[in-house]
Formats: sequence, structure tokens, C-alpha cells
Amino acid sequence: MNLLFDFTVDKATASIYVTREFAADLDLVWAAFTKAEILDQWMGPKPWRVQTKEMDFREGGRWLYTMISPENVAARWSLAEFVEIQPKSSFTTKNSFSDENGNPINTGFTFSLTKNSFKAGAEKTTVQIVKKMASLAELEQFIAGGYYEKGIAMGMNNLDEYLLALVTNK
Amino acid sequence: MVARIFATERLLIKQTFMRRDIFQAIADPTRRAILVLIAVQAMTPNAIAEHFDTTRQSISKHLRILSECNLLAQKPEGREIFYEIKIDKMKEIDIWLDQFRKIMEERFQQLDQVLYNIKNKKK
Repeated sequence: MNLLFDFTVDKATASIYVTREFAADLDLVWAAFTKAEILDQWMGPKPWRVQTKEMDFREGGRWLYTMISPENVAARWSLAEFVEIQPKSSFTTKNSFSDENGNPINTGFTFSLTKNSFKAGAEKTTVQIVKKMASLAELEQFIAGGYYEKGIAMGMNNLDEYLLALVTNK
Repeated sequence: MVARIFATERLLIKQTFMRRDIFQAIADPTRRAILVLIAVQAMTPNAIAEHFDTTRQSISKHLRILSECNLLAQKPEGREIFYEIKIDKMKEIDIWLDQFRKIMEERFQQLDQVLYNIKNKKK
């Protein structure tokens, strides 16, 4: 099944727009974005994985989670506070980096607002994510701080594949 | 007095120069507008300033910041200096964003698999 993936960045407003279709009904996709036991299975960018410490999915509640490195070290704690929830339709989170108890840490990074909207289709569910950072500088910091190592690791995977292709083509 | 102002300004330039990076450069709306303007064609500072409702000095300051970030190339033509964009530097910004795009893409592929597994278990 062909699933739409659209990613655009508006540098002027320091916002990222992502639209993605999923081959499942609304109930399941909503659960995958809001239930810790499912989030933990897919949120971590490999080789990292996400582990939830607290999940309280209600307005005013929060999700506290960490990224676990391949060496099993909790590398970074993140906090998503639920600002607004429209059941099975959308929810907005205020995202920041924190310590293991959810206390803010001084990274120079303030927070971003993320709105996830869900739309049921015939066979697919469409999710639209709008992530707004405080400034373009923070957008850069967010990407560099949280994911730079990951970018390197991915480059390595690509290299592995490339090498494998070279070997098998001989 | 004059000497003191001079010294202060030099200090300021030094400080800002040290902590300046490409993302700070384009965090300002006027500087982004300048980049958009000269992306099409090289322009003189005067020609650039004509497009903005601000002083010539202010535009000079923005051009200096962009130059310090290595985003601008200067091309002398006759008695005038034309500014143009260094495309390679602009691409650095897109590299960061592209990494984030790839992370999202991969993350969603993992979710596809998770959704598939859950659906199969139900059957």
C-alpha cells in the first residue's frame, strides 16, 4: 500500500509540517500515538529506543520518557505536557528536555508546541503533525542536540547497505 | 570619548563574531528577506536597502552579519560591490532538516510495522 509522507519546513515561522498516512483505522492509530506501551515500540530512532517512565494522557497530564542508547544508557529525558486533547481528533503537547523527574534542564532550548491531528479515511488514517519551535535557532538546536548521533548512525547503516550491495553484485 | 566609543564597538563586533553561527544569521526576518532578494541576482547594498523600510546603516549591519557567517560573497564590479549568496552554505541548513526528515520517515516505518503486528494479532 502506498502511504503518503509529506515533510515541509517553514523557516520563517520555525515550524515543521509532517503528514503521514497509516494503514490502520483511527482507533488503532490514535492508540499508537497516545498509549505508552505502543509509543515505546516505535518512537525511538534506531539504534535508540524510547522508554516511558510516566504517562498520564489527559489535559494537564504529561508523558515523561527517555532515549536509551544501544549501550543501555538513558541518554536524554524528554517531557511532553498535554495542553489540549480532542479525543480521536487531535492533541497538542508542549515538548521540552528535562531531567529524569521531569524537571526542566537548562539546555538553551525552551520548548516546542506539537499538534497531532487525526483524520479517518476508508482504509487509512491520516496524521498531520505541526511542530512549532520558539525560533529557528532552537529548531537547529533541537535537531542537532537530540538527533545528531542518530544521523551519524544512519549514515553508517547506509554505508553497510552500500557495501553489501557491492559484495553481492560481484 | 570618540576613542571609547570606538573601543566599545570593536569589542562588540568581536563578541558577536565569536558566537555567531549560520542559524542565528537567518533567525532574523530582515536577513532572511535579504537572502531571498539576492538569491535571484547579485545586488549592491544600496539596491538592497531600497527594498526595506529601514536605514541604510541597518541594512549594512545585516549584510555584515551575513558576511561574517560566510553566507555572502562579495563581487566588485567597477566602483560598486555586489553581494551574492554562497549556495553551499545555505545547503548546510537543509542538511540538518533533511536528517530530521529521515528520522521521522524511519520512525513512521517502525510504526507501520507495529500497526501491522497489532492488526494481525487481533485476527
